[in-house]
Amino acid sequence: MKKSMKKLLSLAMAIALAASLTACGSGKTSETTAAGEKAASGESSGAAASGEGSFKIGGIGPITGSTAIYGQAVMRGAELAIEEINADGGINGAQIVYNFQDDENDTEKAVNAYNTLKDWGMQMLVGTVTSAPCIAVGAESSNDNIFQLTPSGSAVDCAKFENQFRVCFSDPNQGAASAQYIGENKLATKVAIIYDSSDVYSSGIHDKFLSEAPNQGIEIVSDEAFTADNNTNFSVQLQKAQDSGAELVFLPIYYSQAALILAQAKQMGYEPQFFGCDGLDGLLTVENFDTSLAENVMLLTPFAADAKDELTQKFVTTFKEKYGETPNQFAADGYDAVYAIKAAAEKAAITADMDASAICDALKTSMTEISVNGLTGENMKWSKDGEPDKAPKAVKIVNGVYTAM
Amino acid sequence: MEKSMKINFRLNKTLKSNIITYGIVIAAYIIVQLLVNAGQVSNLMKGLLVPICIYTIMAISLNLTVGILGELSLGHAGFMCVGAFSSALFSISMLDAIPNAGIRFFFAILIGAFFAALAGIVVGIPVLRLRGDYLAIVTLAFGEIIKNVINVVYIGKDASGLHFSTKNAMALNMTKEGTVIINGAQGITGTPKNSTFTIGVILILITLVIVLNLIHSRSGRAIMSVRDNRIAAESIGINITKYKLMAFTISAALAGVAGVLYSHNLSALTATQKNFGYNQSIMILVFVVLGGIGNIRGSMIAAVLLTLLPELLRGLNTYRMLIYAIILIVMMIFNWSPKLIDLRKRYFHKNRAEKERA
Amino acid sequence: MMSFISYFINGLSLGSVYAIIALGYTMVYGIAKMLNFAHGDVIMIGGYVVFTVVSTMGLGPVAGILLAVILCTVLGVVIEGVAYRPLRMASPLAVLITAIGVSYLLQNIALLVFGSNPKSFTSVVTVPALKLLQGKLIISGETIVTIISCIIIMIGLTMFIKKTRAGQAMLAVSEDKGAAQLMGINVDGTIALTFAIGSALAAVAGALLCSAYPTLTPYTGSMPGIKAFVAAVFGGIGSIPGAFIGGLLLGVIENLSKAYISSQLSDAIVFGVLIVVLLVKPTGILGKKINEKV
Repeated sequence: MKKSMKKLLSLAMAIALAASLTACGSGKTSETTAAGEKAASGESSGAAASGEGSFKIGGIGPITGSTAIYGQAVMRGAELAIEEINADGGINGAQIVYNFQDDENDTEKAVNAYNTLKDWGMQMLVGTVTSAPCIAVGAESSNDNIFQLTPSGSAVDCAKFENQFRVCFSDPNQGAASAQYIGENKLATKVAIIYDSSDVYSSGIHDKFLSEAPNQGIEIVSDEAFTADNNTNFSVQLQKAQDSGAELVFLPIYYSQAALILAQAKQMGYEPQFFGCDGLDGLLTVENFDTSLAENVMLLTPFAADAKDELTQKFVTTFKEKYGETPNQFAADGYDAVYAIKAAAEKAAITADMDASAICDALKTSMTEISVNGLTGENMKWSKDGEPDKAPKAVKIVNGVYTAM
Repeated sequence: MEKSMKINFRLNKTLKSNIITYGIVIAAYIIVQLLVNAGQVSNLMKGLLVPICIYTIMAISLNLTVGILGELSLGHAGFMCVGAFSSALFSISMLDAIPNAGIRFFFAILIGAFFAALAGIVVGIPVLRLRGDYLAIVTLAFGEIIKNVINVVYIGKDASGLHFSTKNAMALNMTKEGTVIINGAQGITGTPKNSTFTIGVILILITLVIVLNLIHSRSGRAIMSVRDNRIAAESIGINITKYKLMAFTISAALAGVAGVLYSHNLSALTATQKNFGYNQSIMILVFVVLGGIGNIRGSMIAAVLLTLLPELLRGLNTYRMLIYAIILIVMMIFNWSPKLIDLRKRYFHKNRAEKERA
Repeated sequence: MMSFISYFINGLSLGSVYAIIALGYTMVYGIAKMLNFAHGDVIMIGGYVVFTVVSTMGLGPVAGILLAVILCTVLGVVIEGVAYRPLRMASPLAVLITAIGVSYLLQNIALLVFGSNPKSFTSVVTVPALKLLQGKLIISGETIVTIISCIIIMIGLTMFIKKTRAGQAMLAVSEDKGAAQLMGINVDGTIALTFAIGSALAAVAGALLCSAYPTLTPYTGSMPGIKAFVAAVFGGIGSIPGAFIGGLLLGVIENLSKAYISSQLSDAIVFGVLIVVLLVKPTGILGKKINEKV
């Protein structure tokens, strides 16, 4: 390329960059090309008109990348809730506009997503879905005093600042609860653990379980980890559990890996009692999964898609109609998060023309004054430090269905 | 008289080119600062200013290895990782001891660069003995090793000092008041946010000074001679290992500096496949190749463009990464395909010829 | 002792999957001299095709694999023609980056078409597991089929290259593209054929990978692709038996280090072994030392 051409091109690129700096900012109400019926859309305004008289709720989570299932589930659950609320008249008479941004489960991208939402004019944040991005975004949102309710970020630090609240259990909570349940019900004395050491959720629960186990008379005979890069072959971990004589294998992991572990254990002819936490929810709905492999698996979960109560049934049916698959607890968390915001917003009587900081101050107080009957807990109440006070329900999978224990 | 004039002219050319490069950076900085002060810049852009600096430094440092040294490195993110974690560890440990953020950050940068350089030497000595694709694969291996090892490190601090473990947080055996600084795979949280755009640009300028001066120095020419014809260079007595190691270490140290910027820009630092694994190394390599191997200015521009691109495409949401992939492929073919380059030359040549005739 | 044999055999299972992927990698690299980073993702597409045919459409596994082979072959040839051929004369780095672009493209297309939820794959292998020593030692059917497939493919490829004209053309192109062209060999066609065969192998690898580890997501092919590449280099890139041995060895080392050293550091150890081997024998275990002429 001729030198003058090169210089011209560099100049052109520089100008384009400068232009994009200013152009791509102020209030980009991304009118997304809502892709296909099944694919997730970035923004759903329901029947809303943007601008005056509507609340802007932002969402952040992974909708691409290996953890996309969780982000998409939360996004869809929240969307469903927002549609219902909007059809019902909105919050305090104002419609809700929803904008979900992808963070690819990466802390840097999550902060970019947060900034994009700030440009859009977000007043409240339902996010993030995963823990590490939640902590990173939390530092920003607490600086900006924007209300943040994470549906599924379970690390303790996700609710660290005053403006942060959480819908799901915290990891230490579940770890301790699991150990207590196993101990009190005398399920086993020799327990093996298989956990994901590269995942905040899994390690958090594991650590707490380990420290609570001795108090419950549980002996940890095998404690093996795997990493996100190496999460398909569990023969070694299962072999060690088997060789150590474990009667129960604790799996504080997500359902995709659990499905593999169950299949491999069966192949080996190893049939211990499997016990997991809320990450296991969704196991039965993996496409083409042989549910007989999950027979007798016990888990602590706040949500059961086949529960018979009206709220759950309505949610599951509507979700299935709209998205073609059964919702898991991530979707339920997203749904509950929006309804929690609604309750808090109505209690604090906020209006759509208030700025984000004022809304945050109001919600910070009102969150501790409400009680929500949600999919993931009855009578959920929040304390000042952002934690919900719900107790996990223990269920057992019998005949491919959750049954209470 | 003529000979010295010729040499002067040549020196002026490189000096001119360097000045233009510095000029672009400084001009960009001034323009951006003006826009920020005038409130014309969106939050997204403001948030992207430091990442742009980070990836620009990474791209320049990788170009030193790939373009000047001529060796393909697929593990560059590993050095960024070392710089990030060592500096974050330092910053958090020294939060009380050195309350002045500026001084503490300055030391953090030095420490990050130092440890990354150390890693560069440790990796470079075995790696630089290999060649071509084997060298590439070994650098990838080292990058993954660094990331995996950092994920099993637990470091905590309590009244009796620092504790270290590779098993889990409980094995640190600390008192109740102890805090865990590096929590294995959960990484480091609570790093002070010391990175700013101004510091980022200063670091870019320093990087440019180091790299451009190295390229145009005697050592630089020796390194390039090794790249162009290893056997010839060896036969005239150039100490290949020394120069290769020098370039590689400087490249690693600069990547470490980028890592320091990275870790002090986010309050949650984890070593995942995405930010310190081969995915990241490959991303930086894309910047270098797209901008032109050996072309420092080009890799700067490519780094900026490709960092902005996925964010600017946010409106497309689910299609975003798909479009990004397509743009990447198209840009690569457009820039590198010999046939298309010929087509372009002929087209522009034809235009110029016509203009000259007219 | 029993545990050791068990770990070893599981390592062979793992390694056999790496081996079959590595064969495709090494073939393409040996002949077209390019690192096809998109290979792992063609495998993933193969897996999805088999899944769709078997689980969604209800046809048998044979139909699934056949369709996967056909589709992946076409995919491979198209990718080569559109993305790699224009860059063949350019720097090999350029092709590498474009391959990465293709890799992202395939992953995101799969994400949009099939969604991010993992699918549980029904194994295409109907051979029952081999139970030795009163059930204490189990060799899964998938392992047996994968290793046998590897051997068949190895023999097939070697005979193809030695005995057929197309194969000989491939050998010539791998030695010296320019000379081959001068001798009247259709270089474009040969390379296209290479990619076709490599992609067909990828489809089979996909079916077997997903049968052994029955979870399928758009990112399933990524890590095995890298590990298989490491295996191919380990065994000597460009060498077909090298890929086989490299793959098996890699699987065994990975499993044994998981068992006896640390399950979190097994990847690091595998990479470490690779580095040590390459330092001692820079062209891999079975690689040929090419002398550089001045």
